[in-house]
This record gives sequence, structure tokens and C-alpha cells, in this order.
Amino acid sequence: MSGPITALTMPKWGLVMSEGKIVSWKKRQGESFAAGEEILEIETTKITNVMEMPQAGHLRRILAAEGATLPVGALLAVIAPENASDTEIDAFVAGFAAPEAAAESASVAAPAPQMVEVGGRRLSYLELGEGEGTPLLFLHGFGADLNSWMFVQPALAVARRTIALDLPGHGGSAKELGKGDAAEMAEAALGALEALGVAHVHLAGHSLGGGVAAFLACRRPEKVKSLSLLASAGLGPEINAAFTEGFIRASRRREAQEALSLLVHDPALLSRRMVEDVLRYKRLDGVERALEQVAEAWFGGGRQRLDLRDEIAALNLPVQVIWGREDRIIPLAHAEALQGKLPVHILEGAGHLPHMERAEATAGLLEAFASV
Amino acid sequence: MQLSRDTLLKAYRQMSTIRHFEERVQEEFAKGGIPGFVHLYAGEEASAVGTCLHLSAEDHIASTHRGHGHSIAKGCDVERMMLEIFGKKEGLCAGKGGSMHIADLGQGMLGANGIVGGAPPLAVGAALAAKTLGNGSVAVAFTGDGGSSQGTTFEALNLAVVLQLPAIFIFENNEDGESTGWRYAVGSGDIAARVRGFGLPSVKIDGDDFFAVYEAAGEAVARARRGEGPSAIEVETVRFFGHHSGDPQRYRSREDVLKLREERDCIKKFRLRVTAAGLLERAELDAIDRENAALIERAVARARAAPPPEDAALLTDVYLAY
Amino acid sequence: MALKSIRQAINEALFQEMRRDPRVVVIGEDVAGGAATAGERDCAGGVFGTTKGLIAEFGEGRVIDTPITESAIMGAAAGAAVAGLRPVAELMFCDFLGVCFDQIFNQAAKFRYMFGGKAKTPLVIRTTIGAGRGSAAQHSQSLYHIFTSIPGLKCVVPSNAYDAKGLLISAIRDDDPVVFCEHKLMYDLQTEVPDEPYRIPFGEASVVREGDDVTIVALSRMVHYSLEAALALAREGIECEIIDPRTTSPLDEETILESLERTGRLLVVDEATPRCGLAVDIAALAADKAFAALKAPPKRVTAPFTPVPFAPSLEKLYIPSPERIAAAVREVVGYRR
Repeated sequence: MSGPITALTMPKWGLVMSEGKIVSWKKRQGESFAAGEEILEIETTKITNVMEMPQAGHLRRILAAEGATLPVGALLAVIAPENASDTEIDAFVAGFAAPEAAAESASVAAPAPQMVEVGGRRLSYLELGEGEGTPLLFLHGFGADLNSWMFVQPALAVARRTIALDLPGHGGSAKELGKGDAAEMAEAALGALEALGVAHVHLAGHSLGGGVAAFLACRRPEKVKSLSLLASAGLGPEINAAFTEGFIRASRRREAQEALSLLVHDPALLSRRMVEDVLRYKRLDGVERALEQVAEAWFGGGRQRLDLRDEIAALNLPVQVIWGREDRIIPLAHAEALQGKLPVHILEGAGHLPHMERAEATAGLLEAFASV
Repeated sequence: MQLSRDTLLKAYRQMSTIRHFEERVQEEFAKGGIPGFVHLYAGEEASAVGTCLHLSAEDHIASTHRGHGHSIAKGCDVERMMLEIFGKKEGLCAGKGGSMHIADLGQGMLGANGIVGGAPPLAVGAALAAKTLGNGSVAVAFTGDGGSSQGTTFEALNLAVVLQLPAIFIFENNEDGESTGWRYAVGSGDIAARVRGFGLPSVKIDGDDFFAVYEAAGEAVARARRGEGPSAIEVETVRFFGHHSGDPQRYRSREDVLKLREERDCIKKFRLRVTAAGLLERAELDAIDRENAALIERAVARARAAPPPEDAALLTDVYLAY
Repeated sequence: MALKSIRQAINEALFQEMRRDPRVVVIGEDVAGGAATAGERDCAGGVFGTTKGLIAEFGEGRVIDTPITESAIMGAAAGAAVAGLRPVAELMFCDFLGVCFDQIFNQAAKFRYMFGGKAKTPLVIRTTIGAGRGSAAQHSQSLYHIFTSIPGLKCVVPSNAYDAKGLLISAIRDDDPVVFCEHKLMYDLQTEVPDEPYRIPFGEASVVREGDDVTIVALSRMVHYSLEAALALAREGIECEIIDPRTTSPLDEETILESLERTGRLLVVDEATPRCGLAVDIAALAADKAFAALKAPPKRVTAPFTPVPFAPSLEKLYIPSPERIAAAVREVVGYRR
């Protein structure tokens, strides 16, 4: 026998995940895999995610059947050298501690979003982690909320304080808006940072949140250590109005599903729960009006009003651009046009949600940037 | 009570319109062309007109199966009523209600009603809305000697008293409920007195006398508008026709019916009184009659020629949105 | 997000809608309670406490205690609705439908149609359903199928607090008459409910559980019994999809049919009696529109064709149980031509 016997367990992606469903194994029992290779697909409350292996190994025994729903921490498979005996594997499985208690205590201890008051406006945020590093602020996209960072925030929180904010009109934040434009959102984000005692910050913004992050960085560069723009607004005029309009109009499951399916490279990845969560948000009084205001301020007439391309290129701080190859909301061309000027990372197998569809890769890019 | 010349003319015009309308509907019904059945109000005109002259479009009334008179008195369009009775597309209810469900919410007319005793709770509701919204309007429930014995009516009377609502209950006692005499059906033999037991002012008046109705209704409406709660009026009246058009009326003789027209015609009595007192000229009343005859002629001609509702209307207007 | 019971969710919806719109009034027996007594005003707040506290904020003018007079309550609410209010009328037990049906089905339900589309009747009738409290034959029925069968009425049958709040707010803002059926034994059932007002659209079923083997359509308390059964069945390898239509009129046929296309097997679970009810209706839907997909005859688990009995042992037999549901699922799944 060479090398240890290890357990492959149900991962905990984000804070609210307590169980996952095995969608399919990408490797069969007895097969080997390389570092970074995808080994199985797991359905969570948001989308179906692939589990990538951090290092090479051998899939010695599969214990979780496709279709099974198992708690976080449950034993899915045994990774062991090919020459390990069945007796050794049996002993390992028998000795594996039952995860129920662990999963339960983890969910009890899961941090919950908190509220901060900024200029008379209630803003919801989720804070996670502590450490030496400069804090990191996550800003989500149009119609989304702080939970959209659930797959990457925990990883980034290992080395620093991270704050995922619900932008005005979104998530748990107040739904009343002024214009709902970049200036208003950036001001709210700055106010939140101030109220939370954060002087300097790494910024990661997705889509509309990218536009907010970029706007903030351009206006207050002295506050910003780095800027990571994911499928970001503000980098060109085009935007898929069918999505923004469809999203605003959707009040029923089918309509929401149709709109949301534009976000991902493979609509089958969307869970019913994610659709339901979006509907729950959209049903709240004031949300439809808030979304209409935001859409008008940002994408009125089907074109993006915010264009920060030149200003971003002139920024005296590290900026990176991350995009999904199959983005159907904001064209990949916006990222490609910046190649040569800025580091641009184009992720395969991702649509408009690289931080969900390719969470580990995205987390890696964000970590590399925030560690500098 | 001193009524202005204008009010008198209006009163006569409306009563005459109702009479012409009902006589003609009876005729047309016999000829064929009017589906279903109709309940005619001829003989009772003073009740509807004497009451509704005190009301505006903001006030509500809820009516009975014998609702043409109330509808006309409350301002419903006569031609569109006729179209409705003929079941035509341009009818007041798009041909989907008919004689028994003529309604015009814009005029505060909450509908004729196919259910005896159906209307009083609805009028109480309209009065509740008036009180809650504080808009000073009132609601009138018309019902009859038949409806006076319905549980819904008792409940409506009591609730109106409990909540002190601006509601007026008009009991048009036309003597027969279908073919059953009111002296049989009203156990106590006195509708007004029975109603008084619910704890509201309740009077019995001569329904052949427009002026008596006008005065009693005026007091009741004023009381309601002052926030002093509901009132009731038993109007002693008669219907010239049967329960419905085509009713063989074996419960009363031909002679008796003819005698009613001689002795108990509220319109005839009104004419005599205003002309004798020199308030209105016979000629101007005759002119009104001629205008009404022409109006009804037009209405019938139009209704006969008008198209029925389109087939698609079968499925529309069940809900605002479904 | 806070956990709230169905009782709290309904109470919160009423508070929020009455604050939002001064035309919203609550009318019924003991909606506050204590009127003209030596005791406490608002001592009842509705017999199940759902209207508690409203009178202190909105006063007697908008929280209207009535005599025991269902016809007048329903008729007055219907009349007030066409005259400009948005009444929420309480029918304490749906069984009392017997003494006020005319005002609901001949009046309120038909105004719009028989007046040629001119009437708008924004009326909500809140009522209670369900057996299990030893209340016997006249206080335990589930009569939503009667309301469902009447054109012009909409009918809501929520199964949890989140749905109850969102659907009640939708009902109050709806311009058609809506009957809202609350299960008496579920008032304390808690789920996460947002503090803000929100609306759930009518005619959109909720897929409570996903599964590929059999489609269970269940309402109200039966949703929870079906979930219990599904959990046991999952251990046997049978995966149930559970659909809660939430509103029986309008009914979300599409979600049921989509599920049937996948599972090919249908079980309808209904606490109401078996004849001419929702179970028959949905089974007929399957036969009519999903016949080719069916792998087994549609099956129904309902109360027996009897009045609700009083003795607890009999009442327990009367109400469909998770065991009966599980047994029926096994039968449907095990069916061979």
C-alpha cells in the first residue's frame, strides 16, 4: 500500500447548505483522477455544482448512489491506492464517524446576515472570517443577493474578514430607492464599510455589482486595494434586455425559470429551490418597483448607461476581469476587449455566473488577487 | 309638503315611463321575443319614484325580481334596459342578466334580484360602505310582502340596527306573494309593526299616494344621512299584472283586477291631485305621456333589431382575472 | 427570517393590508369579541385568535363584530364590496355555509357575470376547515370543493404559514370574491415568513417535494401527511413528488400534468368526502389530459362518504393517515396491467 486512505465527503458549499444530492459520478469506481479533475456533480439549494479534486488519486470505492440526498459530511467515497485491500477499505468505512451531529451543529452555528443602518437605509450583509488580510467586499448582481457568493465567500474568509452586502433594493436590504444608479449603490456600499469600520478593501463585484465596485474604485481609489470584476456591467453598452425584462416581469415559476436559465451555461443546473428563492424575493412588496428603477437607471432602453472602460484602465490599482465563456447576459466581447490592458480570465463551462458555475476556479482567482 | 314644479314633472315623467315600459313589455312578451319571464311593476310606480327622488347616483339601492321600476327610478337607461330584457348584446348587462338582474353600478343600482330576500343584506353592505367611507350616502333595500318573511331580511334589519347604518328598508306590500295572499303569509298581519320590533322607526303608508311615499322616504333618507340609523316603510300597493307576465291569476278575478286599475292607480291619483291643485297642466302631462310612448317605441324597435351577444361572451366576465 | 405560525402569518397579513388600504375591513362574529359585556374588548380576536389586536389599532368601524347572522355578514360584505370597501368577512366554520350560501353563490359570485362585467366584488371570505378536534359533524367539514365548483368564486387552501400570508394578501388585493380556507389544526404550524408584505399568485402550485416515482397531489393538512408518508416510502426506494395546488380555483393543471408526464402515477389525497370533490376532479384531469402517460389508474385517498364522527377513535379513522397514504402509493407503484 502506498499513500493514505481518505474520505470523500459531502462538501458544505456556502453557509446554508446542510445536504446535497448526488446527481452523477463523473468517474467510475476504480478509476483514477488527476488534480483539478471533476469527480462528481452535486445538487444544492442553488445550482448543481461539480466537485473538483485538489490532488490526484484513485476512486477506490463509491458509497453514495446517484440520486441520493445526503447530509454535509456524509461519506460519499473512499480515496485510496489501488493496492489497498478490501479489508482495509471495509475497516475505514466502518470506522468513519457518522456525520449527523456535525452537520447539525454546523447549521446551528452558521452565521446569519446582519443589518447596518446607512443614511437612514437598512442594509443587510453577511460577514464571515477574520484575519490579517485586508477585508474583502462582495457586491452581487441585478436581482440577486448576498447568497450568490455562498460558494466562494467561505473560501475567501479563511484568511480575512469578508463582507457580502445586499445592495439597496435587493435581498434583505430596504427596497426603497432614489434613482437606484451606480452612485447611489456605491454610496451605500461605502457607508456600510464605514459603519463596519473597514478603511481599505478588496472589491469583488458581479455584473451590476461589478459596475458598483468599479464606480466605487474610480471615485474613491484610495479606499480600494484591488478590484475583481466578474461578468461585470460598465464595460460596454450591450446587455441582454430579454433577461432584465423577463426577470422583472416573472411572477410565476415558469417565467422565472425561463429568465434564470439565461444566466447559466446549462439550465439543468438550476435547482427548483433557486427559482423559488428568486420568486420569494420578487413577491415582496416594493421589489418589482425597485427592480424597475434599477433597470431603468442601469439598462434603460436596453443599453448599459454606465461606461467606465477608460477610467478603469487608468486606475492605479490591480484590476482583474473574470468572465464565463458562455455568458448570455453581457457579451464576452466586453472582457476580450480588455485583454492586453488588464488580466482577463475566461472560464470554460460557465455562463453569467462564474462564481457559482465555476466556484472553485473563481475563488482561486479571487484569493490570488486578495492575497497580494 | 311643498314640491317644486320641476320635482313634480320629474316624478310624473318617471312614473309614466315605468308604466309605459311595463305595459309595453307585457305586450311584447305576449308577442314573443322576450326570453324567460318578466315580473311587472305597473301599479307600484309611486313607491320606486317617491323613494328614489331623494337619492343620487352615489346612493345605492338593491331591488327585487320586480325590478324594472326601481331601475328606471334610479336612473338606468331605458333603451338599454329594454335591450337587456330582450337579451341583446347592447343591453345594460350585455344580455347576460336579463329582466331579473338589471343593474347599473354607475347609477348606484345594485341589481334586481332573482332571490326573494336576497337584496336586504346587500343594501346593508352598501350602507356599511357608506358609513365606513364616511361619504354621506345611504342605501335602500326594496323588498316585498314575500321578502318580509325571509330570514335574510330579518338578519339584515337586525344588523342595520346593531351597526346603526344609513339603510332604508322599503316593504312593497302588493298583497300577493306569487299566488299566496299576504294576510296568510305574514303571520302577525302587520309588516310595519313586525319590523318595528327590530328596533327601528317603521311606518305604514298608502302606496297609491305618491306624496305619502315621497314624504315618508324623505324622512327616512334624511334620518340616515344625519347618522341616526336605519328606518323602514311598508308601502301598501298593488300590482296590475300577475306575479309574472302570463300568470293566469286564478287567485283573483278579472273584475277585481279591472277595479284595481280604476281605484288604485297611483299615477291617475297623482294627475288628479296636481291638476286639481293647479300645480301642473293636463296638457303638459299628456305631452310627457306621448314622449314616453315614443321613447318606449324606440326602445322596443331597437331591442328587436339589435344583435344578440357574441358566442364568445359565454365565457367572459366570470372573473376580472383568473 | 423569523419563524411564524399560520395564525401569526394571517394576523400579520391582516394588519399590513388594513394599514395599507383604509377600505379593508374585517367583519364577522367575535372578530374582536367582548362587545357590550362587562369584560374585556377583543377578548376573542376571532375564535382562533387570527384577528386579535386589530380592533385596538383600527377601531370598531373597521373591525366589525356582528351578531350571529351569517347571511347578513356575507350579504353585507358582498354589498359593501360592490359599494367600495374591501371586506374580509369571517365565516367561523365552513359548515355554517348552510345558513348563508345564497349570499355567497347567488349574489357575490354572480354579480360580475350577470351584470355584464360591470361589477367588481373584492370580497374575501375567511373560513375554517378540517376534522381532528372532536368537533363532530357540523364543525369539522372540509367544504372547499363546494366553493371550487362555483364559477365566480376563487378558492384558496394554504398548507403553511409562508403560503398563508402571501395568499391572503393576494386575496385581499384581488378584485374577485375569494374563499380562504384555514385548517383548524394547523394554526400553530410554523415556517419562515418574511416580515414584509408579499403576494403569491393564484393558480400556481407549490412542488413541496420532488420525486420521479409517483405524483401526490394534496391539500392543506394532507400535504404534511403526504410528506410523512413520502419520507417512509423513500426508505423503501419510492420517491414521491408532492404537489400542493394551494388554490383549488384557479387550479394549476400544468404543474400536475408536467409531473404526471414524468411519474405516470397519480395519488390525490383529500380530507374532504370522496364524491364530487377535488380528488375526483384531479383524477379526471389526469384521465383526460395525461392518459397516455399513466402507468397505473389514478388513485384517491379521501375521507369516507360519511359525516364527520365525534368519538376520537372514529374521527381518527375518518381522516386520511400517512399510513393509508403510503399504502396507496405502494399500490399505485406496484400496479401491473
